[in-house]
Amino acid sequence: MNYRILYFASLRDAAGCDSETCTATSTDARELYAQLRQQHGFSFDPERLRVAVNGEFTSWDRTLVDGDEVAFLPPISGG
Amino acid sequence: MFQLSDSRVDVEALTRELAHAGAGACVTFDGRVRDHNDGRSVHGLAYQAYPALAQAEGEKILDEAKRQFDIIQARCVHRVGALEIGDLAVWVGVSAAHRDAAFAACRYIIDEVKARVPIWKNESYTEGDSGWLHP
Repeated sequence: MNYRILYFASLRDAAGCDSETCTATSTDARELYAQLRQQHGFSFDPERLRVAVNGEFTSWDRTLVDGDEVAFLPPISGG
Repeated sequence: MFQLSDSRVDVEALTRELAHAGAGACVTFDGRVRDHNDGRSVHGLAYQAYPALAQAEGEKILDEAKRQFDIIQARCVHRVGALEIGDLAVWVGVSAAHRDAAFAACRYIIDEVKARVPIWKNESYTEGDSGWLHP
């Protein structure tokens, strides 16, 4: 599968880019995050993140499909 | 209507959009950049957003406020980019026939925006370092 990954805030800093294309065998969001975490050294446990796919919040249980745009969102701090 | 803005918020223009012959109350909230946070002296900050999702979630919150409270208009603008101490970071405005609904809806909107809209704050401290807030 090929996914478009979006990064924000400290995950963006750790990845060194605001987005990237990622090739993964898994369609599981947790496994995808684990792969990216290992690659970039992200400090966040998945429990602290929210997942968005194609511009909408979703759950960690969602099955990803080829071409999905996936964002792992660290705790927000607007306002 | 929810907006992300990378430039100064025109509060007067937004306030005019709340005007309505039936509006006996207009409540607005200014969220401003403070010079301290969590015991540290803050020099300035920068907001980063996930624009598509922030826009959609912000609109959803305003729709919820219109359904839950007896209000006429509601607007919210959140800044992105670099801000200085005292700058307006977020603005909420609500008009309603009566003040109770206007106060309650304004409070609801700012609380939900802070809790749900994907925007992140990077604080710069007077000591020279900076960091993202991930509460």
